[in-house]
Amino acid sequence: MKNRLKVLRAERDWSQQDLAERLNVSRQSVNAIEKGRYDPSLPLAFTIAELFELPIEAIFSRD
Amino acid sequence: MNSCASPATRRYVLRVAVLMSLYLVALFAAKWVFAAAQPTGIAAIALAITPALPLIGVFWAVMRLLVEETDEYIRMLFVRQCLFATGFCLTIVTVWQWLQNFDLVPPGNGGFGAAFFWFIGLGFGALYNRVTIGDWGNLW
Repeated sequence: MKNRLKVLRAERDWSQQDLAERLNVSRQSVNAIEKGRYDPSLPLAFTIAELFELPIEAIFSRD
Repeated sequence: MNSCASPATRRYVLRVAVLMSLYLVALFAAKWVFAAAQPTGIAAIALAITPALPLIGVFWAVMRLLVEETDEYIRMLFVRQCLFATGFCLTIVTVWQWLQNFDLVPPGNGGFGAAFFWFIGLGFGALYNRVTIGDWGNLW
């Protein structure tokens, strides 16, 4: 899957660590998701969507 | 261990450190008692098994880490590491068994049991994660 996590994070001027703390995950997780090396579970995807106040499909899309 | 390790990983490292310390004590104690007292029967069996108990405890610590780790990505890396270690260990033990079946290697295992190869496999599992996903994980 592709995602806009890095762009959305940059728009808010958050570091990967900032986002990780808001999501209660490790910075490694944020990095892996941003780089497309790991697709988050549905619960984590919902948490990300709620944090950015966007629908999931506005953040994640198929390759 | 990664310096940003999760609480579950830190608990795992503490548990393994305690268990491995107990293993060393049990190992040297068992060797000393066998040499000094030559126990037999049930006592000998119990004494021989004593060093295995902390190693079994390490397997418990691994399972607890898989249960307690709340970060799904880190947990996924560790699961892959464990699966790699299991495959590595089974491969080594199976190959060794068949070499023994045809008398190509001497009987016995030189003191290196399955647990030894499984722990070595954990290290290779971390390398496998690094190569395939780009991340060592928190344990290597």
